[in-house]
Amino acid sequence: MEIAATDPQPTREQNPVVTLKGIHKSFGDFTVLQGVDLEIQCGETLVVIGRSGTGKSVTIRHIVGLLDPDQGTVSVFDQSYAKMSKRARKELSLRLGYLFQSGALLNWMTVAENVALPLLEHRHDVSPKERRERVYEKLRLVHMEDAGNKYPSEISGGMKKRAALARATVLDPEIILYDEPTSGLDPVIANTINELIIHTQEVLNATQVVVTHDMESAYKVGDRIAMLYKGKIIAVGTPQEIRTSENSIVQQFITGSTSGPMSQDEEITAS
Amino acid sequence: MIGWIAKLGDGLAKGAEGAGYALSLLSHSGFQVGALLRRHNRESVYRQMFVCGIQTIPVTLIVSIFTGMILALNGGISLSEIGQEEIIGRIVAVSMVREMGPFMTALILAASVGSGMAAELGTMKVSEEIDALDVMSIDASRFLVLPRLIAMAIMTPMVTIYTNVVGILGGAIISYAQYGVSFALFRSDAFEYLAVKDIYTGLLKAFIFGVVIATVGCSQGLRASGGAIGVGQATRKAVVTSYLLIIILGYYVTFIFFRLDW
Repeated sequence: MEIAATDPQPTREQNPVVTLKGIHKSFGDFTVLQGVDLEIQCGETLVVIGRSGTGKSVTIRHIVGLLDPDQGTVSVFDQSYAKMSKRARKELSLRLGYLFQSGALLNWMTVAENVALPLLEHRHDVSPKERRERVYEKLRLVHMEDAGNKYPSEISGGMKKRAALARATVLDPEIILYDEPTSGLDPVIANTINELIIHTQEVLNATQVVVTHDMESAYKVGDRIAMLYKGKIIAVGTPQEIRTSENSIVQQFITGSTSGPMSQDEEITAS
Repeated sequence: MIGWIAKLGDGLAKGAEGAGYALSLLSHSGFQVGALLRRHNRESVYRQMFVCGIQTIPVTLIVSIFTGMILALNGGISLSEIGQEEIIGRIVAVSMVREMGPFMTALILAASVGSGMAAELGTMKVSEEIDALDVMSIDASRFLVLPRLIAMAIMTPMVTIYTNVVGILGGAIISYAQYGVSFALFRSDAFEYLAVKDIYTGLLKAFIFGVVIATVGCSQGLRASGGAIGVGQATRKAVVTSYLLIIILGYYVTFIFFRLDW
């Protein structure tokens, strides 16, 4: 089966802030990534799509330095993780925000305390009053200003994701990564999250990477869409180009058809 | 045969890896003690001290009073046969302060607080909260481990003092009720024979046990993987490992101070 990759056609000026070159990653005997090449341009929202277990989350975990590749290089703002000191990694991480699939809020802290945490840890020059104002400004952006005193166990899944988005953006990062931001949410809440992703990009002018298998979300938030299949990026293009792609794998995925080249694949179980 | 040797080797390698990780975590956290200059880090320590100390008081009360009562009852049975019931006080006091106080306290804290640390940190690990800290450039060993380590190092000796007092009181009650030893006689005998060395070695043991319980609990939690099953395994391993280390280290501290007479 021939896999045709389309040329990347960024909608923004060619200025990659994230570059993945030949990324290979295995966990034990299970190979997840087999040579991922991807450039993410400054200011764009790139959506990475693909079946469950194809390594979408693994890919973006390389971008924030949570995983190191077995082979290949990951560069963010022209700095390669492989050559970066611990201090440089720390400084870089403050320019990145990451929204985890589960939200990953700390359960013993209130929503406001969770959002304040990066400020408390890294912005010692910010006074308590300023910190509080900034936290509630971020909570207002995600329509959660009334839930600041609640604990994560007292709020819904959608609210957890919104609170986690407020935490991820409290340091005004230049790159924001979203891991399955709409999974497990009802369509209305999922759409609210999509609008927040668009709104956040507009407010912060950040570069965004969204991992999802929700095509409605991908079309709505993405400037470009990249499809990951069998450990490689097989297609990159604007939403319109992806919709009209002649690649049979892309077509099967976006239409959700049960017949096609992907139907012959073994069930993918690892994430 | 070869398979058995391979399994043994694998087990030893995993044990060494775990011990290395725990020691590395202990040193890495210990070196960050300067972080306590910041108020929010100190507040974490106070919160942990409440969990380690105040919340364990009810169970410690029951265990320690019955430990003292058992010591007095058993000591009294033997001593009454030779008409020496009046020296029950020294037996209960020395046994509690030197050995049983820190030992019982450590077992209670390992089972309640140490297992709780492993479960809490294990759950945070499998629910991506540790990764979230990593992404926010917050060092988990400073943010999570250091407050628990400091709290246990302070509170285990504190709770041990409480255990000793309550245990000796339990011993005094049984001495009076079962053998007719007055409280005054019990007290004077206990204080006469209780040496300063008994007190400081007991508290040193408690300090060591506290550090061990926190280090083992945190390291097992941070190494948890595989969802709820992994958290359960980490919790079980934390309790078993802590119990073994408490008994082994307890023996060596006693040996060093009372046999080698440091």
